[in-house]
Amino acid sequence: MSTNFMLDGQSIPFEDGQTIIQAATQAGVYIPHLCYHPEFKPHGSCKLCTVKVNGRQTASCTMRASAGMVVENNTEELNAERRALTQMLFVEGNHFCPSCEKSGNCQLQATAYHLGMMSPHYDHFFPNRPVDASHPDVLLDFNRCILCSLCVRASRDVDKKNVFALSGRGIKTHLIVNAASGHLADTNFTIDDKAAKVCPVGVILHKRNGFAVPIGERTYDKAPIGAQVEAVTEGV
Amino acid sequence: MALNEMRAETTAAVVERVVARYRRDPVNMLQILREIQEACDWLSPDVIDLLQAALGVPRTKIEGVAGFYSFLYTQPRGQYRILFSDNITDRMLGNQALIKRLCENLWLEPGKTSEDGLVSIDLTSCTGMCDQGPALLINNRAIPRLTATIIDEIAELVRNWTPLSEWPAAYFAVENNIRQADILLGACMKPGEGLRAARERTPSDGFKSSNMRSWREGLPSGISGPSAMLDEIKRANLRGRGGAGFSTALKWEACRNAQLQPGHERFVVCNADEGEPGTFKDRVLLTTCPDLVIEGMTVAAYTIGAKRGFIYLRGEYRYLLEPLNAVLERRRNEHLLGKDILGIAGGDFDIEIHLGAGAYICGEESALIESLEGKRGTPRNRPPFPVTNGYLDQPTIVNNVETYAAAALIALNGGDWYADIGTRHSAGTKILSVSGDCERPGLYEYPFGVSIRQVLADCGASDTQAVQVSGPSGVCLGVDEFDRRIGFEDIPTAGAFMIFNQSRDMFEVARNFVHFFQHESCGFCTPCRVGTSLLKNLMDKLHNGHGSPYDFAEIENLSQLLQSMSHCGLGHTACNPVLDTIEKFRPAYDKRMEHDQFAPAFDLDRALSEARQMTGRDDAGAHLHAPRTVLGEEA
Repeated sequence: MSTNFMLDGQSIPFEDGQTIIQAATQAGVYIPHLCYHPEFKPHGSCKLCTVKVNGRQTASCTMRASAGMVVENNTEELNAERRALTQMLFVEGNHFCPSCEKSGNCQLQATAYHLGMMSPHYDHFFPNRPVDASHPDVLLDFNRCILCSLCVRASRDVDKKNVFALSGRGIKTHLIVNAASGHLADTNFTIDDKAAKVCPVGVILHKRNGFAVPIGERTYDKAPIGAQVEAVTEGV
Repeated sequence: MALNEMRAETTAAVVERVVARYRRDPVNMLQILREIQEACDWLSPDVIDLLQAALGVPRTKIEGVAGFYSFLYTQPRGQYRILFSDNITDRMLGNQALIKRLCENLWLEPGKTSEDGLVSIDLTSCTGMCDQGPALLINNRAIPRLTATIIDEIAELVRNWTPLSEWPAAYFAVENNIRQADILLGACMKPGEGLRAARERTPSDGFKSSNMRSWREGLPSGISGPSAMLDEIKRANLRGRGGAGFSTALKWEACRNAQLQPGHERFVVCNADEGEPGTFKDRVLLTTCPDLVIEGMTVAAYTIGAKRGFIYLRGEYRYLLEPLNAVLERRRNEHLLGKDILGIAGGDFDIEIHLGAGAYICGEESALIESLEGKRGTPRNRPPFPVTNGYLDQPTIVNNVETYAAAALIALNGGDWYADIGTRHSAGTKILSVSGDCERPGLYEYPFGVSIRQVLADCGASDTQAVQVSGPSGVCLGVDEFDRRIGFEDIPTAGAFMIFNQSRDMFEVARNFVHFFQHESCGFCTPCRVGTSLLKNLMDKLHNGHGSPYDFAEIENLSQLLQSMSHCGLGHTACNPVLDTIEKFRPAYDKRMEHDQFAPAFDLDRALSEARQMTGRDDAGAHLHAPRTVLGEEA
């Protein structure tokens, strides 16, 4: 038996143990997110999925739903804050959408469009992040890393390989791979790994596959991010 | 190569010795890395290879942890690793000139290692020596009260490769500077007295709490000491001394009542990761009355039914490790710790000391627990809270050093005695760490309710402009607020009390604090990781003369964002010093508003500074637009 909570005035059913974002997604309500992925343990770090629960802000990917909760999601205030977080992610790394192979398939880009981000607003940090092209099948372009840790979780929890991890601290936090050389080629990573398929941005790129689908015909070119979630309730 | 006494030992032998000592358990990763580095100077790829094999963990795990802590090095940093404390109080005492002097003496730039691999010089966050600064750490040993003479001597000792053990002992002498003692700093409780009193105590209102949870209650002849002890803590109205002021009794009770999974147990953790800039009371408590603190932990263990405890000691206080271990050993011999405490069969409780390695965020209780588990010190998602899911996912209480010391006295003297001290909502005393512009910096213990003005008078502060209470994450008070009082009703504090006289530039104070938060952000969540850097850049922009009203609006927007979106208290409070000083010391900011309209932070002339440094030039011709004063002099 399920109970309900209120999300932007809409009654959302949930099962015991479900988080707010899980219940919302099931009910066809999109909550913007980047580090959340339904198949993995929530991380709660990007903070884009922040909602107001009974007036208090909290990440909806880690907060369990409970009966009678009053949750705000699609509000001007929250979307403005999410937009600012997205801008932060853009200036923190080096994101050059027009020349990026992931353009149109990139969740960061699509989320920025969704939130109406018109400029990066903040001064760019322009960090110096060398790429790793050592692996025969996969290129790592750390310039676009948003530290969501999805590859870390996929490699650890699904592939059981621990190929990726975060190191450093603060603004110097960065992705590392499991090799003394620091090169992906020297790890046991393969293109069939789950971790090869979860990057929401353009860090983990499959070689010899560039621009196979032309820009303009890609996932988020066809339908904006969130549309898939919202389609669940269409025609109901 | 006699500099490091362990040099004779091969790297492999060091790794094997340390790993064996920590039972080959990766949960002790941080301690293992720290001890290996003490012997090997840095964590070389060889060390990581060896550890990977010895502990059976992936390299990513080791490098992830090593990369998180400021005091762990995966690059060689010299045999002498010098870190100057860079709190605002160190700056006020002239640390900048001393850093420059040492760098010039040793032909070195801050942040770099000398080409011969001998020495590196860098900055670190407040080292807890604010009452006796400027201070530095050399290979994790503290040298307070630096002078130009000592700096010159240090340069000489370094150049001569003199082992640290042969340096003048006077350098490393840390003073206690207890200026005013009350129940804690003046306590003369004999070891064991508090425990005995707790054991003999019976509840005033019968057997309320459920049994079978504590050492004594499970026994057939059990008297209800533990639940009676909890009653006393309740009656004492003791609140956490780390600054947040959570009820100690509620915390202990929640942990005591937490359901135990099979194979699980309860833990008592002492938070001695005193990282808030301007705070140094825990250092003195652990120096002058460690028995009181350890007895408080043992009382807590007795109350909640724990068999194991940890003291998480900040890495800056490394020099306290041996003395504290000696106290633990003595207490074991006195049957006050270890097996069958006070002769109670099954009354077992022991304490391990874990050292931090330069990460302020580990003062946050869930980050501290992560660190105890040998991980990166990232605050956890809460709920669940540590009282139910703490160390190794088991029920854990984390309390401040001062809280445990108070608990020991409550065990001895009772809750009513304690509740009578202080104010209605703030029972007991508070130890203030006083530093900055005053004649007698040091520790001052007062019953709660003391006014700012009283403290200023007692420590000999004059011409005071502002007081920063509870460190950068606390509040900045101006002259018209000096009648406000220390206490949870008015100004809660973890104890820092930094004084600034009228000559100080409060903008620079705030800028120092913003740099601190930027350096200490753990990097887990977007708003704090990027936001503290953006804030630092904005403050630097104002400092560099490019400020405009636009930047004010930006600072306010960022503050709002950090407060509402951050994962933990660090992000929530990172903007406090700026917001407070903007509100109360506006002229210090107005001076920086050099432009009416937006001006970019980028400065072409500043961008040439690297080229100037490389060519060794600083004449007018090497500048895009020479400073006006220089031109004037030339004309």
